[in-house]
Amino acid sequence: MMRLPAPFGTRIDRARPVTFRFEGRAVQGFAGETIASALAAQGQMMLSRSFKYHRPRGAFGLAGAEANTLVQVGAEPNVQADLRNVAEGLEVSAQNVAGSLAFDRTAAIGLFARFLPVGFYYRTFMGPSRQAWLRFWEPRIRALAGLGRVDPAARFPEGEKGHLHCDLLVVGAGPAGLAAAELAARGGADVVLCDVGPEPGGTMCHTPKGAAGPPEGLRVMTGATCTGWFADNWLSVVQGGMLWRVRAGQVILAVGGIEQPAVFRNNDLPGILSAGAVQRLIRLYGVMPGRRAVVLAGTPEGLDAAEALTAAAIPVAAIVLPRPLPGHEARIAALSAEVISGRIDEADGRGRVARVRVGNRWISCDILAVAVGQAPAWQLPCQAGATLGHDTAAGRFTLRLDRPGVHLAGTVNGYAGHAAAIADGRRAGQAALRALGLPAADEPAAIETAPKDPDAALAFWHQPLAPDPRGKDFVDFDEDLQVADLVNAVAEGYRELELVKRFSTVGMGPSQGRHSALATARIVAEATAREVAEVGVATARPPAMPEALGTLAGHGHTAERRTALHARHLALGADMRPVGAWWRPYLYGAGDRAARIAEEVAAVRGGVGLLDVSTLGKLEVRGPDAGEFLDRLYTMAHGTQPVGRVRYCLMLNEMGAVVDDGVALRLADDRFYVTSTTGAVARVYADMALWNAQWGLRVDVANLTGAFAGLNITGPRARAVLAALPGDIDFSGDAFPYLSGRCGVVAGVPVRAMRIGFTGELSYELHCPASLAPALWDAVMAAGEVRPYGLEASRILRLEKGHILIGQDTDALSSPDELGMAWAVSSKKPFFVGKRSVEMRRRLGVARRLVPLAFPAGTRGLGESCLVLADGVPAGHLTSVALSPTLGHPIALAWVPAGLAMPGTRVTVRARDGAVVTGDVAGHAFYDAGNTRQEVQK
Amino acid sequence: MKLLTCPLNGPRNIDEFQYLGPLRPELSKDAPDAAWAVHLFRAENRPGPMVEWWRHTPSNTVFLAERHTVTDTVLRTWLPEPDA
Repeated sequence: MMRLPAPFGTRIDRARPVTFRFEGRAVQGFAGETIASALAAQGQMMLSRSFKYHRPRGAFGLAGAEANTLVQVGAEPNVQADLRNVAEGLEVSAQNVAGSLAFDRTAAIGLFARFLPVGFYYRTFMGPSRQAWLRFWEPRIRALAGLGRVDPAARFPEGEKGHLHCDLLVVGAGPAGLAAAELAARGGADVVLCDVGPEPGGTMCHTPKGAAGPPEGLRVMTGATCTGWFADNWLSVVQGGMLWRVRAGQVILAVGGIEQPAVFRNNDLPGILSAGAVQRLIRLYGVMPGRRAVVLAGTPEGLDAAEALTAAAIPVAAIVLPRPLPGHEARIAALSAEVISGRIDEADGRGRVARVRVGNRWISCDILAVAVGQAPAWQLPCQAGATLGHDTAAGRFTLRLDRPGVHLAGTVNGYAGHAAAIADGRRAGQAALRALGLPAADEPAAIETAPKDPDAALAFWHQPLAPDPRGKDFVDFDEDLQVADLVNAVAEGYRELELVKRFSTVGMGPSQGRHSALATARIVAEATAREVAEVGVATARPPAMPEALGTLAGHGHTAERRTALHARHLALGADMRPVGAWWRPYLYGAGDRAARIAEEVAAVRGGVGLLDVSTLGKLEVRGPDAGEFLDRLYTMAHGTQPVGRVRYCLMLNEMGAVVDDGVALRLADDRFYVTSTTGAVARVYADMALWNAQWGLRVDVANLTGAFAGLNITGPRARAVLAALPGDIDFSGDAFPYLSGRCGVVAGVPVRAMRIGFTGELSYELHCPASLAPALWDAVMAAGEVRPYGLEASRILRLEKGHILIGQDTDALSSPDELGMAWAVSSKKPFFVGKRSVEMRRRLGVARRLVPLAFPAGTRGLGESCLVLADGVPAGHLTSVALSPTLGHPIALAWVPAGLAMPGTRVTVRARDGAVVTGDVAGHAFYDAGNTRQEVQK
Repeated sequence: MKLLTCPLNGPRNIDEFQYLGPLRPELSKDAPDAAWAVHLFRAENRPGPMVEWWRHTPSNTVFLAERHTVTDTVLRTWLPEPDA
């Protein structure tokens, strides 16, 4: 065990040891620490193998920003070992390993690195045959490159979602975020402060820069990762399995910085840690990270690490100073370590750093702490519209954000020093208060501008980024990209960063460029002789940090609607099918399906059938201008429609294409009851509201689709069935003619009854309040030998009559003329939607028509979308096809060129099996062309 | 998620709304066919403020919104005046 005594180890509870397994071996840690720290305490720095070359890798920053710490925990892949706490019995294993972590059979691939040049994806695996990629290369590369192991049988707890509202969301509870949140809370704002860590404080938790007390008067969310900024300050915060959707009046992004790696040969060896990581291990977890350290102090943070190492009694063999650190001379002297001017040129070791080279001198060590500077955590700010710039004079990256309501504070805003970050946080908090319209907190005006950070000029060391002739100087650890790879990508002609990214895959790994983007920008800028700011970074998109798909998916909800008669259908053995959101009976009864459907059709043609039409759209249009309103919306005349009459409704769009149909019953001078197709009612309802917003007619529209149920009673015996039921409606032919409607009571149920003829037989459609529909259904069924029929029989019945289904037989361009429905288009009305286009299109001539096609009995292989051929060339297609039980042969509706539309024309169709068959254009209906069946009763 | 202010119901999440297209000037009945075709099929898509029809779906409130198409900022929303 390499543990330090208290006060080191602020986060661990030494009284609660926890045992878990790593690679099958028992490991003991303490409650409160992460998998990575518990392993480091065992001297286990190597956590994974790299993606491409299978090189040994360990943690670098221990801040949840890297791919090298991804491990498998039980069935859960890609767990960040530097964020996930240990728990009793966890089974942790390394990823991307063939064999064991220590002896990876595929590690030899690194020896062939020079045969895997940048962009090798695009040019290496092309041969020897055309199928080589699919059959040979891809399976092998997948086996090598997979991250983690997915267990399809594993069950994870369902993600939950919550909503959170606040005046101010502060992301990041470091010095700046805490200062901002506390100031705003004191000023009366409702503040939420979220941080990825288990406690607020950020870098204060592991640096000697002062302790944070628990903030008061605000809501603190720990272990909470803000993964995205979306429009109007809507942010996603993932906390455990919970996805919070936060709507904030103001947002302060105090997201800090990301420590950048140093670039030199073998800079990826385990044991090479950031200055922050060294301090985290020592101060938070009481872990002695090694026995002999070297510190690369490109910035003063290196000295912080050296001081922590010294305090933990870990010998610092050397402090490597690539440049002087003015103002820190006394600290350096006090460290009593050898100070070497220069940089790290190379590291060496097997599975862990064993020595580093400065110039031509090798220094042995098992820990190298590097401090070259931090990148502002640009992901969230850039999602909110910030642009990344580069202050060449100060040698650091800057962010600029002008969006009202979003503020940057602290390191991410260029104020990295402790006092400066706090002052900048207070400035941001004050700005948020002002924007919220709250009185400014009791602060001096001086905080309007943050003080200059004395170390600002030292915040970033611009390390040289020349390729090492022997390579292995990694820029992107996720994708194993070396300096030369990026230089070569530019040499290949990819000058723009987004192209370099796509060609080289830089920044595409799990860490999304957090450690590589800035170095890449510098390499590309240098190679193309441009400014770093001109090159920039790749577009930042949500999520800023990895999210589990399960968190996003949460509960699965499928909107589903049932009619009031659903239980009746089930009791009758209906085969229920989804139709949009609705469930409808497709057919009733078991056994031979075609036979059942044929029986249902025959029942309607010869007796009486009952169909649940509750899914139809039902709209009530009320007001003095109701008739005028329908006149403008539909193609037929409704203003002159007498009360008690039913009229067909055909709706066009402004392009003159048919979009919906239904019927309208005039209940009173100022009231219509209008139906629409099942799928279109939402759109029709919305269109009615839009049109009337423009017309300003005195009407209102109520959508009664769910409130009313509908029963269609159809067949020669329909009248006999209804007449047998008690009620006050006279269903006789004289009293209740075709295309009229009556309101009354049937079997004790108030109904709106309409005599319409979708099936072609004598039909009454009874609409009633949904809650009373089962009683009405039962009464009708009890009236004797009524056969319920389903959707398929209904479709056949209407096809036999040549009736179209909007959407099934029509497309986005179908005009009434093409559909043979000119009869439904008023020529007298001065206006209706689509009138002008219909007339213009009529003048252009009709090029195609929808016609009924009758095929000889025995014709096989017909189906929807079968092509109509003219001179052997596709010229149309079938839209509806059925074997008519009534007629005994296949019938269809088909789009054909206008020249083939005359009844009697023989039309050629290619069947599904490729056979060419012929059918004849029928008149407007296959069945009962004279419409005599409407009056046939038994 | 974007917020849109329904003139009747106040600011609501954008997923409660339906976009119904830009407000277009009415075309004279005497306009030639070609002008009608342009009216129907050519969307100007001009950068800058644009007035659009929107609908708050749960309340079926149709209203107008002026939105800057470059910044995606909604400048104002209002109910149409019935031309009584």
